[in-house]
Amino acid sequence: MAATTRQKSGWITANVVTILLVLIPVVWIFSLSFKDPSSITDPTFFPTKWTWANYKGIFNSSEFTRPLLNSIGIGLIATFISVVLASLAAYAVARLAFPGKRALIGLSLLIAMFPLISLATPLFNIERQLGIFNTWLGLIIPYIAFGLPLGIYTLSAFFREIPWELEKAAKMDGATPFQAFVRVIAPLAAPGMVTTAILVFLFCWNEFLLAITLTSTIAARTAPAALAFFTGSSQFAVPTGSISAAAVVITIPIIIFVLLFQRRIVAGLTSGAVKG
Amino acid sequence: MTAKTEAVTTGEPQVTERKHRKRLSEGARAERRLGFLLCAPAVIVMLAVAAFPIFYAVWLSLQRYDLRFPNEAKFIGFSNYAAVLSSQYWWHALWVTLIITVVSVAVEFVLGMLLAILMFRTLFFRGTVRTIILIPYGIVTVAAAYGWQYAWTPNTGYLSALFNNSAPLTKTGTAIAIIILAEIWKTTPFMALLLMAGLSLVPEDLQKAARVDGASAWQRFVRITLPLMKPAILVALLFRTLDAFRVFDNIYILTAGGNGTYSVSILGYDNLFRALNLGIGSAISILIFICVAIIAFIFIRLFGAAAPGTEG
Repeated sequence: MAATTRQKSGWITANVVTILLVLIPVVWIFSLSFKDPSSITDPTFFPTKWTWANYKGIFNSSEFTRPLLNSIGIGLIATFISVVLASLAAYAVARLAFPGKRALIGLSLLIAMFPLISLATPLFNIERQLGIFNTWLGLIIPYIAFGLPLGIYTLSAFFREIPWELEKAAKMDGATPFQAFVRVIAPLAAPGMVTTAILVFLFCWNEFLLAITLTSTIAARTAPAALAFFTGSSQFAVPTGSISAAAVVITIPIIIFVLLFQRRIVAGLTSGAVKG
Repeated sequence: MTAKTEAVTTGEPQVTERKHRKRLSEGARAERRLGFLLCAPAVIVMLAVAAFPIFYAVWLSLQRYDLRFPNEAKFIGFSNYAAVLSSQYWWHALWVTLIITVVSVAVEFVLGMLLAILMFRTLFFRGTVRTIILIPYGIVTVAAAYGWQYAWTPNTGYLSALFNNSAPLTKTGTAIAIIILAEIWKTTPFMALLLMAGLSLVPEDLQKAARVDGASAWQRFVRITLPLMKPAILVALLFRTLDAFRVFDNIYILTAGGNGTYSVSILGYDNLFRALNLGIGSAISILIFICVAIIAFIFIRLFGAAAPGTEG
């Protein structure tokens, strides 16, 4: 069916409006971060005077570089462990007959729906007693736990799509179930695991509530939490510029992920929800 | 309908499986053992981080426990709950949270549906739109919230300048509206993606048949698309409602809960980490947990939302 000119212009307008609504707030933070400290109180949308000063400021101060490092380290470690553990469980859910499968799914759903604030206090108290308060480990452990439901969920949806006859063939050839998993299925499952890893990493990168309650200094504070404690890179700089620059820095990886893995992210987000 | 019949048919073999359990073959037993073994690490971590602390929170909520006076900790039963439930701050926070939840989820549903249809049907820039809308989904909430905060700050923000250099974040009503705006901008894409996946399940033939029978676009949408999408819609609404009820990041950055804009999560946080009152704070935490459970129960039992994954 050929589209009429009116339909065409309708779709184009709708698309342009959508793209503008999405991009304007993002472009605003970018432009704010390039504003000269002297002109930051000038409410124009684009800077009148462009400067890198805000970026130089934040990268010269451990107030930002250390939390950035924490975010990357904590995010990568938690994501890795979470995806490994979730793969094992999701394989069992998708493939093996054993009682308690529904209980496992139920438990993951329950945890995915947990209000984080309900866990903030007990974890705060427990971690102080265990001596892992304000350490990487203190954030990695809860992030693994909250990455797991997401992982189990997404991965079991992916694992159901894998051609399992190959596994049988491997077993015929004398492989144990574990060997069949590692040698045959894991390579096939890699795309699903990458997708899951991206989603879990985005969660860790974004998380704020636990990041401010389970840390007290920049030793373990992640970048989003550090933003909220910014006082400005130096006495004479207005924190608005520094915070905007830092916000841009932590947004760039997201934009790269989105551009590189658009299809995977969409597939991962919708797999569990639709296939059930 | 189809989902129900499927559930019935898949239910059958499970029953027979149970009957034969006594005579499990060596292979089946090995499979069960492997199943438990593979799930064990995930289950242990989830129980240790979520299940154990929630019981600990219940225990804390029954104590008088102020971190400034740790030696005076004492079991006081349900007094903390009585204190919270008789406090106007709790009811105000609950009210604010409910307004934010209901308004943002309702608006997101409508916008998300429009966006889903746009992404599904549009003839132009389909890929661009699908990619672009992932940016709000992925962006760090705190970073986006600062963007909104500065945009509405007098003498700094372009939006404030548009409205006569006003300071809407300092007034309760407008501040809540901005919090809702920030929530909607951030999470409509997520809603739209879930709904789009639902749209793709509606058979094209059915739409064509209805069109031949003379059904208008609106009739086709209401009579065919919506009913067939119901499971996807319920899942999207359930996820977003539970998520919106926990709203914290946006409020923390935009107003820090000032001017009566605090949600239940902010109230809990303030009691725990500013007032350092673990007893009261834990009682608030448990009440939030109960609210979330009630919302999930309503969706699953009353609306029949199939908790995703339970069928598989």
